[in-house]
Amino acid sequence: MSKRNLKLTVPILARVEGEGAMDLEIRDSRIEKLQLRIYEPPRFFEKFLEGRAWHEIPDIVARICGICPVAYQVSAVNAFESIFGIEPDLWIQKMRRLIYLGEWIESHALHIHLLALPDFFGYESGIAMAKDYPAEVRRGLKLQNLGNEIMRVIGARSVHPVAIRVGGLHKAPDEHRLEQLQSLLEEALPEAEAMCEWLATVNIPDDPQQFHCVALRNNGYGVESGELISSTGLQLQPEQYEQHFTEFHQPQSTALWSHMDGAPYLVGPLARLNMNTATLPETMQPLLQKFADRFPSNNMFDSMLARGIEICFALREAITILNQYTAPAQSYVDVEPCAGHGYGWSEAPRGLLWHHYETDHQGIIRQARLVPPTSQNQARIEEDLHCSLTRFGLDNSDDEIRLHCEKVIRNYDPCISCATHFLKLNTVRH
Amino acid sequence: MADKPRVAVHKFSSCDGCQLAFLNMGDTLLDLAERVDIIHFAEAGPVAEDARVDIAFIEGSVVTAHDQQRIRTIRDNSEYLITIGACATSGGIQALKNLALDAEHWPAQIYGQPEYIDSLEQSAAIADYVRVDFELWGCPINSNQVIELVNSLLRGVSPKDNQDKVCMSCKQQQVVCTLVTEGKPCLGPVTRTGCGALCPQFGRDCFGCYGPAENTNVTGLSRRFSGLGLLPDEIQRRFQLIHPTRYIQTTSDTREAGEHE
Repeated sequence: MSKRNLKLTVPILARVEGEGAMDLEIRDSRIEKLQLRIYEPPRFFEKFLEGRAWHEIPDIVARICGICPVAYQVSAVNAFESIFGIEPDLWIQKMRRLIYLGEWIESHALHIHLLALPDFFGYESGIAMAKDYPAEVRRGLKLQNLGNEIMRVIGARSVHPVAIRVGGLHKAPDEHRLEQLQSLLEEALPEAEAMCEWLATVNIPDDPQQFHCVALRNNGYGVESGELISSTGLQLQPEQYEQHFTEFHQPQSTALWSHMDGAPYLVGPLARLNMNTATLPETMQPLLQKFADRFPSNNMFDSMLARGIEICFALREAITILNQYTAPAQSYVDVEPCAGHGYGWSEAPRGLLWHHYETDHQGIIRQARLVPPTSQNQARIEEDLHCSLTRFGLDNSDDEIRLHCEKVIRNYDPCISCATHFLKLNTVRH
Repeated sequence: MADKPRVAVHKFSSCDGCQLAFLNMGDTLLDLAERVDIIHFAEAGPVAEDARVDIAFIEGSVVTAHDQQRIRTIRDNSEYLITIGACATSGGIQALKNLALDAEHWPAQIYGQPEYIDSLEQSAAIADYVRVDFELWGCPINSNQVIELVNSLLRGVSPKDNQDKVCMSCKQQQVVCTLVTEGKPCLGPVTRTGCGALCPQFGRDCFGCYGPAENTNVTGLSRRFSGLGLLPDEIQRRFQLIHPTRYIQTTSDTREAGEHE
């Protein structure tokens, strides 16, 4: 068989959040160049945070990402509370966890049904797929809406909610609405478990790879805070992050890339499930046992099922929080700003989100640095594309290669608006 | 308009949050897809950036030389062009760089190789480059705004531009005034309604997600803020947030108010 040389261009990769491109060059049936190129124009958030006051930051950083605003708000308040010496009480921790779980359910259900699944069933979009799979897609959209409803009950709206502040929440949620929410979540739980069982039947490529996982853990499955653990054995607090994680700028990208101790690593649902299965509540065991042969997994295509499992976990955890709910005397503690460095992180739906702020004695920001999950995953995505595409076979048709690359990239649910959006695939085969 | 209008959703510089007004509709999204043909909406799947359409929704602001070309092509290809959200309508929160004195140095302060960063000096509203037929204000817009607009266009009536102030929503819902009773620097008296007065219901002062309302007395409100004890730079920051450049005239008044009192 003759050796293959080729040039292929796909102007926009659909069903990702943001604009990027990929350049692929194949010479003599070998990958010569494979680059993930993010060119979403920068918005310079880190610069215009400078000179703003601590109490303005949660509403500003929310605007970095419409899909995970709660993640930005929570990482920021964690950082400021570490500067100002505030220990959020149990009620505040639980309410932040609850609204955060809402964001996980919304983001994961959207990703599974509208972004990822159409690839595996051969549809252009979730909307097109809904014509042939109406019950499955509508169930997904219902779960997505339920995640949004959690955010609305706690934060008034699901995109850029307005409840989270340094020191607590602006207002405690309406108790009647919490009761209604609880029964909605309880009703939806069997549907979410049925979704998982269905997702497990989806035919995915067998694509094992070696990679390192990074996730948070806090007396349970890390969501709104915790200690960083890695499959390389790290155990870190947020202020130690820079000792092991470095960012660098690739010319092809408007996002910065990250390495852990000099090598690519994975953050997000699969990394979390691989690291933290043991911390999941007992009530999750019957479901997990059904997929015991799948996890921990070294196949990134298991990310979709991992998202499904996290939806079930999030529903159960939210129900538990609502079950034990008692109204607080006050929804926040007063804040006395001071000068200092603060570090905060949390598990955004697509992975670890780290913030660092330096404030002056009035709590005005002198400097800010934010490391979003997608820039952390970028090096891993490129490494994965190399391995996965080689295994898939470079002699496949251009369309098959393009679709395979897109599937690989979507496994990471990249949020390019965060990292800085479209993915263009430029393939050159010589 | 055709019985089943062709629709595109385009993204420029933004957080993707206003596209969620479509993607978060739930079942209504599937119903909407029965009533219109979604021709281009990259985040949802269909890609045909240069196709002719009846309605183009634009999210995001113009921040690169490439964007300037794209928006002109989209305008040429679209019957109605609708901006969705703060970024497309006013330049958005990233227009804060338009006001910064040292913004030309920002790429070098963040990126190791700034020469690869394509970035115009200004983050500009879509209307700064092309004619816009209707604007949906909000950061973010909500699904009802989109549905109302599509219903209006399908029925051939002009969409309603509600420029009432957030104060009206508070009064209708009997929300206690955060400015009068709590002395908080609320932007409600100068901000468009549309959110339903979410922040005042949470005991918070409005920070202007929906942008300036009609016939507002911004100067008077900044004097009031000054009277509440806010310093001139605090007043300036208050007005320069989600729609930073839309309050620029007011801000110079604010400085004056702060200095005189």
